[in-house]
Amino acid sequence: MSRTAICPECEAELALAANIMQNELIACPDCGADLEVLSLDPVEVALAPEVEEDWGE
Amino acid sequence: MRIAVLVTHIRPEEKLLISAFQAQGVEPDVILDRDLHFDINRGAEQLAPNGVAWNEYALVMERCISTSRGLYAAAILNAWGIPTINRYATATVCADKLMTSLVLAQAGVPQPQTRLSFTPETAITSIESLGYPAVLKPVTGSWGRLLARVTDRWSAEAILEHRETLGDYQQHLYYVQEYVNKPGRDIRAFVVGNRTICAIYRSSPHWITNTARGGQASNCPVTPEIDAICQQAAAAVGGGVLALDLFETPEGGLLVNEINHTMEFRNSSAPTGVDIAAEVVRYALEQAQAVTA
Repeated sequence: MSRTAICPECEAELALAANIMQNELIACPDCGADLEVLSLDPVEVALAPEVEEDWGE
Repeated sequence: MRIAVLVTHIRPEEKLLISAFQAQGVEPDVILDRDLHFDINRGAEQLAPNGVAWNEYALVMERCISTSRGLYAAAILNAWGIPTINRYATATVCADKLMTSLVLAQAGVPQPQTRLSFTPETAITSIESLGYPAVLKPVTGSWGRLLARVTDRWSAEAILEHRETLGDYQQHLYYVQEYVNKPGRDIRAFVVGNRTICAIYRSSPHWITNTARGGQASNCPVTPEIDAICQQAAAAVGGGVLALDLFETPEGGLLVNEINHTMEFRNSSAPTGVDIAAEVVRYALEQAQAVTA
């Protein structure tokens, strides 16, 4: 099942990969914004959280 | 056997790990760190955010991108007797560069010359005892953030004044290392349990070679020397699933620079030909089975 979403930053239509997962990070191919897939049914996409100081490996 | 993967969100690594669990016939529960709320006065019988009691999990794989969330979660789960990868005892050492340096020194593992000072004045003393250039690092942090290659007294004074004025208390801990003149690359080696499963060179014209900063990954054969220093260093921090950053010295030796406890590996399976996620999951299931046996 092909899923699409609208980028909240630039309003481009995004085609989501068939194996997309809830809470996966993706990048908008149009504007490059980092996005998080908050839910799959219905599809909900939001800007990913900004990198915090303690993020890393 | 129930397994949970604790995440901040799903990156390529977590997706690979979940697929690797599924390939082994295990469907892990994905738990978001943003949903956690622990009752510290109660134990492992309390429910995780997904409604499953924590004590039903044979193992929790901690994959939080937030270091502090991952550390506290592992501390609580381990206190309740729930195994995590990595264990809190290992993670808390690896998350702190000074603690890592301290245990490496105690274990006699070769590493860059390292100093710690608490004031800008003593930091200058530390830097000049090593000689210019030297490297100033925050004691916590990742991806090469806020590293400074200090080339002379004037740049040292400027960087220290900025950190003293603009930084929080952690920026007022002055961790200084000798600058190692690397051959345009460093080595990232992956240790899973007692095996060094593969390694990559991270090449860059920049002195910071992290792949997060544009370093290019290529296969690095695991020599007996690389394996030996990795096993020695991994044992020093408590072992587990670790990514070790090594420097090659101009004299032909190896030094352990850092050890990462929630490693990224998205760019490392292709050049090495090693399915890192599968190796990690195999080790995790062995650990979980050992606990439930």
